[in-house]
Amino acid sequence: MTGTLLKVVAQLVLLLMLAPLVSGLIKTLKARLQMRRGPGLLQPYSDIYKLLRKGMVIPNTASWLFSATPYVVFLATLLAGLMAPMVAADTPIGLFGGVLAVVYLLGLGRFFVALSGLDAGSPFGGLGSSREMTVSALAEPTLMLAVFTVAIGAGSTSLAEIARVAINQQWRFLAPSQVLAFAALFLVLIAETGRIPVDNPATHLELTMIHEAMILEYSGPYLALIEWAASIKQLVLMTLMINVFWPFGLSTAWSLSGVWAGLGWLALKLLILSCTVVLVETANAKMRLFRVPELMAVAFTLGALALISTFLF
Amino acid sequence: MPWLNACFTGGLIAYLAGTAAGIAGFRVPRRARIGVFGCALAGALLEIIAAVVALARGGVTTWNLPFGVPLFSWAIRVNALSAYFNLTLGILAAAVSVYSFGYLRQMEGRRNIGVLGCFYNILLLSLTLVFAAGNAFFFLVAWEIMALAAWGLVSFEHEKERTRRAGMLFLIMSHAGSGLLLIAFLILARASGSLDFATFHHVASALPAWQQGVVFLLFFLGFGVKAGVVPLHVWLPEAHPVAPSNISALMSGIVIKTGIYGMALVFFDFFDAPPAWAGILVLSAGVLSALLGVLYALMEHDLKRLLAYHSIENIGIILIGFGAAMIFRTLGHPTLAAVALIAGLYHTLNHAIFKSLLFLGAGAVHHSTGTRNMEEMGGLIRRMPVTALCFLTGAIAISGLPPLNGFVSEWLTYQALLAGFGSTQSLTRVIFPIAGALLALTAALAAACFVKAFGISFLALPRSENAAQAHEAPLSMRLGMGFLAAGCLALGLGATWFLPVFDPITEQLIGARVSSALTAANGFAISAGTAHAGTVSTVGIAAMLVLLSAIPAFFWLVWGRAGRRATGPTWDCGLPGLTADNEYTATGFSKPIRMIFSALYRPRREIQAEYEVSPYYPTAIRFESGIEPSFEKRMYDPFRNWLYRMAGRMRSVQAGSIHAYLAYIFVALLALLLFGVRR
Repeated sequence: MTGTLLKVVAQLVLLLMLAPLVSGLIKTLKARLQMRRGPGLLQPYSDIYKLLRKGMVIPNTASWLFSATPYVVFLATLLAGLMAPMVAADTPIGLFGGVLAVVYLLGLGRFFVALSGLDAGSPFGGLGSSREMTVSALAEPTLMLAVFTVAIGAGSTSLAEIARVAINQQWRFLAPSQVLAFAALFLVLIAETGRIPVDNPATHLELTMIHEAMILEYSGPYLALIEWAASIKQLVLMTLMINVFWPFGLSTAWSLSGVWAGLGWLALKLLILSCTVVLVETANAKMRLFRVPELMAVAFTLGALALISTFLF
Repeated sequence: MPWLNACFTGGLIAYLAGTAAGIAGFRVPRRARIGVFGCALAGALLEIIAAVVALARGGVTTWNLPFGVPLFSWAIRVNALSAYFNLTLGILAAAVSVYSFGYLRQMEGRRNIGVLGCFYNILLLSLTLVFAAGNAFFFLVAWEIMALAAWGLVSFEHEKERTRRAGMLFLIMSHAGSGLLLIAFLILARASGSLDFATFHHVASALPAWQQGVVFLLFFLGFGVKAGVVPLHVWLPEAHPVAPSNISALMSGIVIKTGIYGMALVFFDFFDAPPAWAGILVLSAGVLSALLGVLYALMEHDLKRLLAYHSIENIGIILIGFGAAMIFRTLGHPTLAAVALIAGLYHTLNHAIFKSLLFLGAGAVHHSTGTRNMEEMGGLIRRMPVTALCFLTGAIAISGLPPLNGFVSEWLTYQALLAGFGSTQSLTRVIFPIAGALLALTAALAAACFVKAFGISFLALPRSENAAQAHEAPLSMRLGMGFLAAGCLALGLGATWFLPVFDPITEQLIGARVSSALTAANGFAISAGTAHAGTVSTVGIAAMLVLLSAIPAFFWLVWGRAGRRATGPTWDCGLPGLTADNEYTATGFSKPIRMIFSALYRPRREIQAEYEVSPYYPTAIRFESGIEPSFEKRMYDPFRNWLYRMAGRMRSVQAGSIHAYLAYIFVALLALLLFGVRR
């Protein structure tokens, strides 16, 4: 019991503290690649701290839902993070849900954010909600195909079990099915975290924004919670990918020495994945919204190929 | 025995009393309303007790109703499966009856509530009997009464042309389905030598292979019409919305589930192991229904039509579970089959509850604003807070989001599909993950659709005068909705404690009890049934959400309190204030989906601009857009035209001469006699 509690607290701290760092890392790397100085690595922390202390303006057309959403999305994302293996295959509350619960908890957060986008009555919010729900719906089948591919290999949807199986087959990530599934999931990651070429996290131009449009009316502590949740979601998805596909250095159970090693490996792998994201963001221009379905179709095809190649290899 | 018998019969008598009260109260609306729905409520509660007793005790209880035609027995057979469906019916009937007290008050003096109540009680009575009929003849009689009562209720607002057409379409398709069922039952009766359901047990699997296929197809089509399986669904989005909302709730909640009951009975009781292709067909039909149902729902901005299309979607999800169960059974995996069947049956109950809740919510909105068009609603969350909260609960549940009941049954469906991949080595196993991926697409689109339905109807600024002056529903309506919303929560959080209910059903149909394998950690979590399998705990998720809220609460205490909290206008780009005209519309919300899936929808739009001086300064713009009803246009219209042509040719036979008719009768009699002699 105390052990579980310790694990929960440790993973909570890790999620809350690491997520802004990853966002900052991606921003800094991107700026450097574009020959800019960019904000500092720690800028997201300062942003959250500043927003938490500020006052806020709530639209006078909004209902109670507008105030409930930041809490719902923050809590649901955090809970999803607790179900993911981070520094050890063993997840703190794996009994409460596996990969399906993670996907649907993130969906719960998205549902509320999209509703709040409509709540203020601004056309921007509606635009963002409509696009967000469309893009996520298109990403969902690919995500589920990749989940199936991985879960079939492990015979389970429990993330601890999936990670444990991955640890026992260290070099499996070179198998064609795994490579294809990873590629499919990478495209889903781009879409789900609102990155170029699907969405531009840095824009405030009404024609191009998706996630930013939905949360346009938020300010102060509410905005801090939503932004924080968005970065935690990004961290959770990235962690899931790296721990399922590149299980190097991941220990099966929590131990003091294993945690430190796991943490080091996690940081290294996150750095590599962040670099990939940055390269993709810099090398591509944002797509027209109606080109996104084509990208998602490519992802779905990759996912289907991944699944079919589990037969062959 | 006495309890079960007494409660069940008592319920029937209460429904009969309600029918009589309806007839007696043709002239006194107020007394009719109270009498009719009081009786219906009493009947529903008695049926719930009977169903619970039957489920708790398990086994089969049969007795004959002591009235009727001498040659045929009015045999009641209550077993676990029928008790489960009667429980679902009872829960809905109770909630809807309470709701109806307030809902119909507005109609007093304007419409004949006695007629409505009379049909309402007949519908409940016939539904109870459909689920409890012990032989094919009795089943078909109850089935027909149900169809007629439902037709009477659908056509209740018969002064509208559209309502009459919808009612007629429902009646025609329903009877076409009944015809197929009649043939199928007769084939089975010939094989078993009796009309008794007890003798039908596994009898279909003893037939020759081609007859098995025919019987299966007849039953699947016959029950599929009632359930609204694509492409037999066309009546459903016409008929469900035009009925009064309390009736729509029953129609989508339980009347279409009679098709599901029939399929469960036939596929798992009458068939031992259906042909291998049958399971694949059911699974594919399920996937197709789920996906097309939600895609068409997204294009609707009539709230009730949107909900009706979602019924098609959810029937599809139920059939995915059933199809998987059939495949597993044929492959010889009874435990897996039981898990898949539970997924389908659980979703049946869940859908009954959240869909009725949503229809009742739509009814409350219609009651208060006088419109079903979402583009004329908006801002109702302030004026109808309780209705909005209930509708939101239903929306979360139907989108399959944790921790409510829709999540649990969809989770079980995913697990069944996942297990399916390992159940066989043949290439057909690839359909399981594909079905899973399409189910995920369906669920995500359903979430998009309910963001639209709730967001456009209940949030932001009112889009019409009526919406601005909406009022909260009366207490009885709120009670009815609140009861169902609590049901969504209870079936979500209490999933593990509810699972043992399925043990007698799977035992009866498949011969496996799996609830103990499906629960983990002392009933705290649901497991997928195998070792190392995935687990989920809705209670745990809910508890953790509550516990974790300490974190934002901490931030609030430390920093947030200090900040100023002001309200201000929404950002309007510097224009003079936002109005409802600036808001996103339901049509606009689903526009990306319409463009992405334009190959399916074949959208058309028409823009006419009037101008006086220059086309850049139009004085009026008329915009019209719509999608092509593909199934109606490409499947049903050609068929109907063909039917008319054939009927035109047949006309020469029916010339109106009595001599010719007598000759026909004589020839027919002769042919029958010869046929009889030949045997």
